[in-house]
Amino acid sequence: MRFMVIVKATPESEKEGALPDPQLLLEMGKYNEELSKAGVLLALDGLHPSSKGARVKFSGKSRTVVDGPFTEAKELIAGFSILQVKSLEEAIEWVKRAPNCNPGSDSEVEIRQIFEMEDLASVLSEEQIQHKVAKRAELPNQTANK
Amino acid sequence: MSAADPHHATNRTIEAVWRIESAHVIAGLTRLTRDVGLAEDLAQEALVAALEQWPQSGVPDNPAAWLTATAKRRAIDLFRRNAVAERKHEVLARELEALEQTSPDLDSTLDNTISDDLLRLVFIACHPILPTESRAALTLRLLGGLTTDEIARAFLTLEPTIAQRIVRAKRTLADKHIPFEVPHGPELAARLSSVLEVIYLIFNEGYSATTGDDLMRPSLCEDALRLGRILAELTTTEPEVHGLVALMEIQASRTRARITSTGEPVLLFDQNRTQWDQLLIHRGLTAIERAHKINTTRGPYLLQAEIAACHARARTPSETDWNRIVVLYTELAHLTPSPVIELNRAVAVSMAHGPQAGLTLVDDLASETSLSRYHLLPSVRADLLYKLGRRAEARIEFERAAALTRNTRERDLLLARAASCKTDPTDPKGK
Repeated sequence: MRFMVIVKATPESEKEGALPDPQLLLEMGKYNEELSKAGVLLALDGLHPSSKGARVKFSGKSRTVVDGPFTEAKELIAGFSILQVKSLEEAIEWVKRAPNCNPGSDSEVEIRQIFEMEDLASVLSEEQIQHKVAKRAELPNQTANK
Repeated sequence: MSAADPHHATNRTIEAVWRIESAHVIAGLTRLTRDVGLAEDLAQEALVAALEQWPQSGVPDNPAAWLTATAKRRAIDLFRRNAVAERKHEVLARELEALEQTSPDLDSTLDNTISDDLLRLVFIACHPILPTESRAALTLRLLGGLTTDEIARAFLTLEPTIAQRIVRAKRTLADKHIPFEVPHGPELAARLSSVLEVIYLIFNEGYSATTGDDLMRPSLCEDALRLGRILAELTTTEPEVHGLVALMEIQASRTRARITSTGEPVLLFDQNRTQWDQLLIHRGLTAIERAHKINTTRGPYLLQAEIAACHARARTPSETDWNRIVVLYTELAHLTPSPVIELNRAVAVSMAHGPQAGLTLVDDLASETSLSRYHLLPSVRADLLYKLGRRAEARIEFERAAALTRNTRERDLLLARAASCKTDPTDPKGK
């Protein structure tokens, strides 16, 4: 199973032109390497402050663009990673080992399970998923390339 | 037990800690005791101790160090008890001294030592002296942190069988005095290929279940991928390791598209390519680049990865670069000649140059005794005959393939195709 690890924004991470502290970058680098070496890290990225972003608001057919920055830091995210592990507990164990990105203030990291196909299978209709036998006239290259 | 039960919750945490730490703990203990079987037993005892103590005391800050220290104490007790046995005193004294002098804190050892130990553990678990199936079980157990029960379920085998396999493998390694080391020089290539073979075998057992009702067991694919990714970080300069990782990442990217919600297999060309996992494809292509940066030689795993990449890059089946795939299969056939590769090459040729060209190559394989029980030979032949409009012959071949496959889902698909030869009056879409 896969989990998205969501690093919540803080006032520091939201500051204009905010860049992580070099020492912290080193520590994070070491930690990320540890995740890589354990074969559990699928993806990882950090985000610019919300001042460099935008929101698109949906209301019926209308779409309204609101430029950043956004004020409620707790609602924002500063980075994310995707881990492939066996259980939520394993994801928690890994996250607990991360260096503290915000030694100066309290911060939060959220762990959320990513939907897999089997979770969605019950939602999609049979026609949407199932391919028709008639389409199978094309040749299966089905040995090493299944 | 409910999930809300704190004792149960701690156990789940311990399981997670074990999965993260066990390979390091076992590797470190093997270095200290020079006996992988003993090291694993000691690690298991430490795990039992954790299961007894942590629910009360809480999970320690450094669980790996706790497990190692506990296991080492058991080792020292054991050696003292055995001091009267037939061990040479100076050997025992040395071992005890070594054990007592090592710091219980794994963090204080250099990262390099841990990596080296882990790599040694990979090589010992995949040692060619062991039967292939034992290598797979031992690797999952020592490096994947799986329980015997989990391994048994993954391979649809009874737990006592797996347990027996592991016990025997550990005994063999001890009896033959297999050293705990990374092979060097000319031996390295042969030993590495044994490691890659084991990891790919685990992956394939998950990807194309050879027996049973499920077409796939994704968790086994994930285990193999994790092992491959670990190995790629331990041996960064081996192109074939990156090739294997690339191959597994790209094949795993199709997981969602390979099976319908009712568990029917979907062939490569029928798959909805928008369901392919682009993140895994990207990881696979990156792994191929890593291999290319090392040198220009292309081993069998890298070639297969590049073939998989040709499919991954094609947004629709018609965009597939079949000429390149034919070239890659030809190279692969030179490197590791095998009827299965020839069969695949025939498929690629049929796509590049038409079904008749493919059928000629497939018919050359008819006399291959090694393929006589291989359901994909009649299955591919049936498909080519179908495309050539030779429906009656195609039907017989589909039925033959259905009789040969051990996978229930696959059999249903082949029988359905056989039936379609009778009822389908339309012209084939052959080239």
